[in-house]
Amino acid sequence: MWYYEKKLQYPVKVTECNPRLAKYLIEQYGGADGELSAALRYLNQRYSIPDKVIGLLTDIGTEEFAHLEMIATMIYKLTKDATPEQMKEAGLGAHYANHDHALYYNNAAGSPWTATYIQAKGDPIADLYEDIAAEEKARATYQWIINMSDDPCLNDSLKFLREREVVHSQRFREAVEILKFEKDRKQFF
Amino acid sequence: MNNPSEGATQRYELMEKIQMVDFALVELTLYLDTHPNDSQAIQQFNELAVQSRDLKANYEKHFGPLRQYGASFSGYPWNWKDSPWPWQL
Repeated sequence: MWYYEKKLQYPVKVTECNPRLAKYLIEQYGGADGELSAALRYLNQRYSIPDKVIGLLTDIGTEEFAHLEMIATMIYKLTKDATPEQMKEAGLGAHYANHDHALYYNNAAGSPWTATYIQAKGDPIADLYEDIAAEEKARATYQWIINMSDDPCLNDSLKFLREREVVHSQRFREAVEILKFEKDRKQFF
Repeated sequence: MNNPSEGATQRYELMEKIQMVDFALVELTLYLDTHPNDSQAIQQFNELAVQSRDLKANYEKHFGPLRQYGASFSGYPWNWKDSPWPWQL
């Protein structure tokens, strides 16, 4: 089971109401390479992955939920005081018409989250390579959003999340090596 | 807290300390998942786990429970459900 803790993994501060930035950030909430996809991908793959790397998938998958909460906090803080007019100007008119100020799992272009974003192949190497690619794609997305953001407080939190993608990618690469080593060992003895 | 802004400052400071220690624990957890024989990292992990426990006990005395389902003690009346939630801070 999971325990909730009343704390963000890393502080999230925003300088001002900025629904335009929120519109871009939704990509990391309900987009293909976003935090929801990441959490569900790893926590689902772990049931059929070799025992040696179940712990890693469980722990990274759990951390992704903490990242999802950070992204939600950013979007919430950037939009909570926005008027309908400001939402419309920021390109969130269609979102406002359907959801008011509620968050929703869709990407920056408004397409709802779909399970087709994630895969579980049952082949441990195929699954781990997908996970490495997912981390690299998420890292790139964070960089593109940072490039468009002029909010220094928000960028501090986004840089933290970008670095986490780098670390996760590294740990998944090590997991591949652990499984390759195991496979070779079994062939020799 | 008599002065609300003073209380808020203290809350942020204590929370930030917890976030720092807990971040190191997350990082060590993932590292140890792929480097299970690094005894120095395990020692660091266990030391920080004690620090995290103590920092949280102190925070909870002032600002209420951090963890649910019995991982934290409750005050009277039941205060787990009280605001602020993390995104409201």
